[in-house]
Amino acid sequence: MTILSFTLILLGGAFLAGLLGSLTGLGGGVVIIPLLTLVFHTDIRYAIGTALVASIATSSGSASAYVKEGITNIRLGMFLEIATTTGAVVGALIAVYMPTNVVAIIFGLVLIFSSLMSFRKKMEFPADKGDSKLAEQLRLNGSYPTVTEGVVNYKVHHVPGGYFMMTFAGVMSGLLGIGSGALKVLAMDNIMRIPFKVSTTTSNFMIGVTAAASAVVYLQRGYISPGLCMPVVLGVLAGAFAGSRLLTRANVKGLRIVFSVVIGFLALQMIYNGLTGKL
Amino acid sequence: MKQVLSKYFRDKDIQQLIGKQLRIGVIASSVIVFIGGVIYLIRHGHEQPSYGDFTGVREGLADLPGIWQGVMENKGMNIIQLGVVLLIATPIIRIAFSVIAFLIEKDYLYVGITLLVLGIIVFSMMGGLAG
Repeated sequence: MTILSFTLILLGGAFLAGLLGSLTGLGGGVVIIPLLTLVFHTDIRYAIGTALVASIATSSGSASAYVKEGITNIRLGMFLEIATTTGAVVGALIAVYMPTNVVAIIFGLVLIFSSLMSFRKKMEFPADKGDSKLAEQLRLNGSYPTVTEGVVNYKVHHVPGGYFMMTFAGVMSGLLGIGSGALKVLAMDNIMRIPFKVSTTTSNFMIGVTAAASAVVYLQRGYISPGLCMPVVLGVLAGAFAGSRLLTRANVKGLRIVFSVVIGFLALQMIYNGLTGKL
Repeated sequence: MKQVLSKYFRDKDIQQLIGKQLRIGVIASSVIVFIGGVIYLIRHGHEQPSYGDFTGVREGLADLPGIWQGVMENKGMNIIQLGVVLLIATPIIRIAFSVIAFLIEKDYLYVGITLLVLGIIVFSMMGGLAG
């Protein structure tokens, strides 16, 4: 295979990843690593560097729209970015000492968790149950505009617990080169009790900064290879853009099930290859 | 100038500005990556890709002066890498914008928090963590 055909096939694969990622809300980055390692037999370190750059691209691209709508809680995002960037730097540091097959196994486990998360029933937690003093002092409570109910106010709970979970999400992001959006949303929904709309967009807003914190280390380490980044970044961005255009018309539910099953299989294969030392 | 600034950076406006800055960053870097990609494919498209074993990247692609020097010599790979660096810089520049925004709102707590986030990233960049 020549570089030209390699690039074109990878471009197509990345386009599909970006398209499915944006339609299902799972993000394009999660499929990039299995695509590169399992299909293209790329070393997992190059795959991590490439996926990290791809997640910055999709996060910044879609965050630009959400920030404008005023749903993103910028203060909350900024405060929690202390946790995620610290975690990301730690993750990038341990990556040096961690054998690549262990990285592959951890990646597979996070991938399975992410696809299970997309099936979880969305139920809002009762709001206004006890105030968090810390949230008050840090001015984290916010509001967002809706079409039906006007401006909705909400409060943020369990700040230390959420902060801790975000640090963990940051470590995973730095170690595996993914946005770890599923972990971020878990921290904000289940622990901090924030409305879904706000947690999803705020998590997306934070992914770019978190990924950038470890990307600057990986760039210097030679993980970020232009020959791989070029088709992947362009493909994922084009796919995500096409996905956002299709979103209003597509039947997302069926697609999400199919995509989650595919991701589950990819995850198992990553774990298997990790266990047998092939990655 | 100060009046113009404070008028420009009202709370809603700053959100618009951040949204615009993110979009411009992503579009500009994809254009640069695309141009570099075309040059790279014309020159090296017929060669064999080799990513099976990890050997890092070739000299001049892992640091800013090296990347820039190659860009001056019209090397496709370096132009792609310049676009990638711009992409990585996009969320970092956004943080710098937020510092200004919080400063204008006189929200000094968040000026501090935002500077802390910026500091962590600068440490990550300059701290010799690459090993």
